[in-house]
Amino acid sequence: MEHLSYRHAVRRRATGSKRKALVGVVASGNLEVLVERVLPDYMCEVDIRTAAAGFGEIWRLVVADFVERRSPGGLKLSINDGGARPDMVSLRLAQAVRAVEGGHL
Amino acid sequence: MRNWNSARTARDSRLQAGARYARGKLVAAHDATALLEAVLRPGDRVCLEGDNQKQADLLAAALAAVDNRKIHNLHMVQSGVVLPEHLDVFERGIAKRLDYAYSAPQAQRIAELLFGGKIELGAVHTYLELFARYFIDLTPQVALIVGVSADRDGNLYTGPNTEDTPTVVEATAFKDGVVIAQVAEIVDAVPRVDIPGDRVHFVVVAGKPSYVEPLFTRDPAAVTETQILTAMLAIKGVYAPYCVRRLNHGIGFNTAAIELLLPTYGERLGLKGKIASHWALNPHPTLIPAIESGWVQQIHSFGSEVGMDDYMRARSDIFFTGSDGSLRSNRAICQTAGLYACDLFIGSTLQIDLQGNSSTVTTGRVAGFGGAPNMGSDARGRRHPSEPWLRAGQEADPEATAPLRRGRKLVVQIGETFGDKNAPLFVERLDALELAEKFALDLAPVMIYGDDVTHIVTEEGVANLLLCRTKDEREHAIRGVAGYTEVGRGRNAGMVQRLRERGVIRRPEDLGIDLLDVDQRLLAARSVKDLVRWSDGLYAPPSKFRNW
Repeated sequence: MEHLSYRHAVRRRATGSKRKALVGVVASGNLEVLVERVLPDYMCEVDIRTAAAGFGEIWRLVVADFVERRSPGGLKLSINDGGARPDMVSLRLAQAVRAVEGGHL
Repeated sequence: MRNWNSARTARDSRLQAGARYARGKLVAAHDATALLEAVLRPGDRVCLEGDNQKQADLLAAALAAVDNRKIHNLHMVQSGVVLPEHLDVFERGIAKRLDYAYSAPQAQRIAELLFGGKIELGAVHTYLELFARYFIDLTPQVALIVGVSADRDGNLYTGPNTEDTPTVVEATAFKDGVVIAQVAEIVDAVPRVDIPGDRVHFVVVAGKPSYVEPLFTRDPAAVTETQILTAMLAIKGVYAPYCVRRLNHGIGFNTAAIELLLPTYGERLGLKGKIASHWALNPHPTLIPAIESGWVQQIHSFGSEVGMDDYMRARSDIFFTGSDGSLRSNRAICQTAGLYACDLFIGSTLQIDLQGNSSTVTTGRVAGFGGAPNMGSDARGRRHPSEPWLRAGQEADPEATAPLRRGRKLVVQIGETFGDKNAPLFVERLDALELAEKFALDLAPVMIYGDDVTHIVTEEGVANLLLCRTKDEREHAIRGVAGYTEVGRGRNAGMVQRLRERGVIRRPEDLGIDLLDVDQRLLAARSVKDLVRWSDGLYAPPSKFRNW
């Protein structure tokens, strides 16, 4: 099990007031994202636990794009990865932000 | 004095040689190989019927069993290389040269036989192109075809899976060739005459139905959420703005997802009646919910699909049916319809390069392309206007004088940036080029040429290549939807941003797609059982798709 962690300074606080949300499932090719509003408004942290080792560079790029595109200030996202491809990871991260903003799944 | 009827004389002597195995036109299954040895001559051009669906399986086995000292060097001109027997004939030296259109299941073995010099490859065609050559320079001397039933005069019922048969018979029977049909049974009167008996010389009684592959069935339960996202992007980013009413869908989970989203997502967007009403399409089970919800006005089909026959019989307002009530399909005509009367083709692929060239040939697999190169091309002979065609033409060439401007067919490639086994969809160089070099082919097997592709849809967004003005813009439009593949990571962020501002690249958020909607619950059917329910119990899925 590999453990990766990325911290970014973020321009904007994620909107909404929900404290936490959970999206996705732990299954092969899928992932679960727990999002919690626990950090200062200018911070975002993404914590990843994955069984697929050696993809650190891709994770770094996916997380950097996510932060750039969604401005998830104040959020800590914890990922339980079941070997998902980058397309699924990007989708789940974006969904996690929408969920904590108060959107409905 | 020249003999102007030598081919007819030759055919008559072949018929005479075959007649000793026949009673009238009927031949027993165990005499099929002897019949072929009597009728065939070394070097003949032979069409062994089979495409991506139905197969003349008994005749294929009979041909693979002929004595190769008597029959050899045949030139096979056939739609599909699908059954093992289709390649056994090359391995045994019965056949030497091959011209074909589709080969997915045997793609690897074709590559091996090419490499071993057992096959001389003519070309990998599109269906319509191969059919065209049947009438010009690849006319078969012998056609081995397949039907459901026949009467004693040789009248054939080919039923819902009529597919290629009328075209193959037309080319062979009217040019002094011999037509041999296999059928499951002999009946007193066929349900309808698909092929008149005077075009059929021998009928081999197989005693059982021929093999048909359920190639167009996709289980809704296996549709992933990224596929749902690509489908939403296609509907909102392509179908809606161009008002695409007349279209063709290729095979695959992305297009199946589009079909399953029409009655839900499409309905919510208010698109019912405005898009996706007239189709050139095989009877995809995943279209059932859209048909039942009143989205679809008319469908013409290349072939049938296993389990759909009763449903189509009960929905004759939608499908083309014969005097017996069952579906009549016709591949050549449907391919023509797809080329000239559809405004959009959308399909999946395995590799796309930076020019937008697309191919399903990868290292070690020489798959044919079936109908995609035809449907996925702009018909330069088209002369009738339609809203999507005119708009696409305008986007491609805004400066041209409108009444003199050609429209453009929308040709869309759709997929996730990473495919099966994490293979990247986007590559710097197609594997097809390597293959062309290895076998010294004049043409690399490209499925859809980049200059025909108008849009690429991935989970990252829609790239509209019609709006690209330079080679560099086009390359970056492609990189901009290529995700985390090496091609995608090679993008210049500033350039991609400028293309996005111009609407060349549109992200889900640019199109107002809420990613929380990307959920399997958005599919109108979430299992094969749901499809059966939607069909009122008329759809009878094959056993491999049943888990209840």
